[in-house]
Amino acid sequence: MPAELIVSHSPHVRSDASIDTIFYAVIIALIPATVCGIYLFGIRALYVILVCISSAMLTEYVAMRLMGEMELSIDDLLHLRLPPPTGVIITGLLLALCLPPNIPLWMAAIGAAFAVAFAKCAFGGLGHNIFNPALVGRAFLMASWPVAMTTWTKPLTYDAITTATPLGLWKMQDIATPYMDLALGNVSGSIGETSAIALLIGGIYLIAKRYIDWRTPLSYIGTVAVLAFVLGQDPIFHILAGGLFLGAFFMATDYVTTPITRKGRIIFGVGAGIIVVVIRLIGGYPEGVCFSILLMNAFTPLIDRHVRPQVYGVKRKSFFVSSANK
Amino acid sequence: MKLDELTKGVFKYNPIFYLVLGLCPLLAVSTRVDNALGMSLGVFFVLVSSNVIISLFRHWIPSQVRIPCFIVVIASFVTIVELFMHGYAPELYGRLGIYLPLIVVNCIILGRVEAFASKKPVFDSFLDAIGMSIGFTLGIVGIAVCREVLSTGKIAIFGYTLVPTFTQSPSVMMILPPGAFLTIGVIMALINYRSIRKEGR
Repeated sequence: MPAELIVSHSPHVRSDASIDTIFYAVIIALIPATVCGIYLFGIRALYVILVCISSAMLTEYVAMRLMGEMELSIDDLLHLRLPPPTGVIITGLLLALCLPPNIPLWMAAIGAAFAVAFAKCAFGGLGHNIFNPALVGRAFLMASWPVAMTTWTKPLTYDAITTATPLGLWKMQDIATPYMDLALGNVSGSIGETSAIALLIGGIYLIAKRYIDWRTPLSYIGTVAVLAFVLGQDPIFHILAGGLFLGAFFMATDYVTTPITRKGRIIFGVGAGIIVVVIRLIGGYPEGVCFSILLMNAFTPLIDRHVRPQVYGVKRKSFFVSSANK
Repeated sequence: MKLDELTKGVFKYNPIFYLVLGLCPLLAVSTRVDNALGMSLGVFFVLVSSNVIISLFRHWIPSQVRIPCFIVVIASFVTIVELFMHGYAPELYGRLGIYLPLIVVNCIILGRVEAFASKKPVFDSFLDAIGMSIGFTLGIVGIAVCREVLSTGKIAIFGYTLVPTFTQSPSVMMILPPGAFLTIGVIMALINYRSIRKEGR
């Protein structure tokens, strides 16, 4: 039998990547950081992750039902006959990874529900949100319960000894943490942000699979390093500490809320990097990754409008000539 | 029918949720139920009095200078409220602060005076003012109830506890400006959801 001849107009997409395959790849890429977080902070971290994911999924189903996008009865819910949860698992998982391990579980549940309901579904669901839902959830929890959100536990002790994060130690008491502890994750912090190596493995996997663009993380992390060096700080410490790797590889590369052009992504990364350094050095919070990405999310439509790709065949406009010829 | 002038401000043309007027005092003062009640009493008095006065004088006010005339009338009544509250409720006066004199530029009052009282007879204007004040009161107190419960875990009006403390860790955000925007948005969404479903039927 001859091969079927497909006649179609461009674009001729030959990739088998769909929304679901990309989401599963992101979940796979997050496994090292998740496992690392559970190993470091104990079974408690696993509870937070499970609560966040299930709360996010439940909220999504309720919201979709209200929006009339899904016919789902209570009977379906009870028998777990559910449609594939596109993206909402990642929202829940990412939110859990940037929460402190000892956060009360009901707060984690409210944060995930808020993230999905207000940051995603209120804007029209998957693909329509302006801000990264997981980060909106974290910002909401940060504004609502600042004490619970800044109580950190020591890793590998499993009995809730509170300490400060490396960035907190650096900011308040001027104590530097060894690079090795920062890279392996043997420091206090959010569940998934401490181990730089685990996050790097996931990030490189996604870049190798071409699911994310290397330009965003590179420009983001590079800007933080260069700015920290120029301002007389330790650049390696500022790269490894805090949630920079988690934000750079998994949140600043979100398809929906970041620019679509290559140049735009570099602008996004540089802008977010500048905001991180400004918040860390001058701002009131020790860490600024969450707010930097949220702020740049707000700039994304503006960046996309100004960084348009060159149309093929059109003469490149020279900056000086075009203004003189007018 | 006359009664329509009264009820339209409460439901159909609610100043907060339908006309979206007077949001500045709404955002600032709806942190506590008693502040909201004090504010709505002030708005009630000023709105009813200025609507009646402007309606009485509507044939003598030249249209070129009508806004300054309205402001003079409204500002007089706001001054009365301010002095009265300073004398008899100094604590509430202190908490409402700058938002009490700012009733002068409250868009609900200026809007109703301009759009209604300057064209309609006295009794209609009186009913309209009462309806709009009730609508404003419902809106601001409703929002204040949500915000006070969520931000302090209890409701206390003038020292009397209506709802006892039910949580030890309430959400700090609800007392901040984002909490007000969020509450207004959610209530507005629910109202729109209901009206859309009503139309669809």
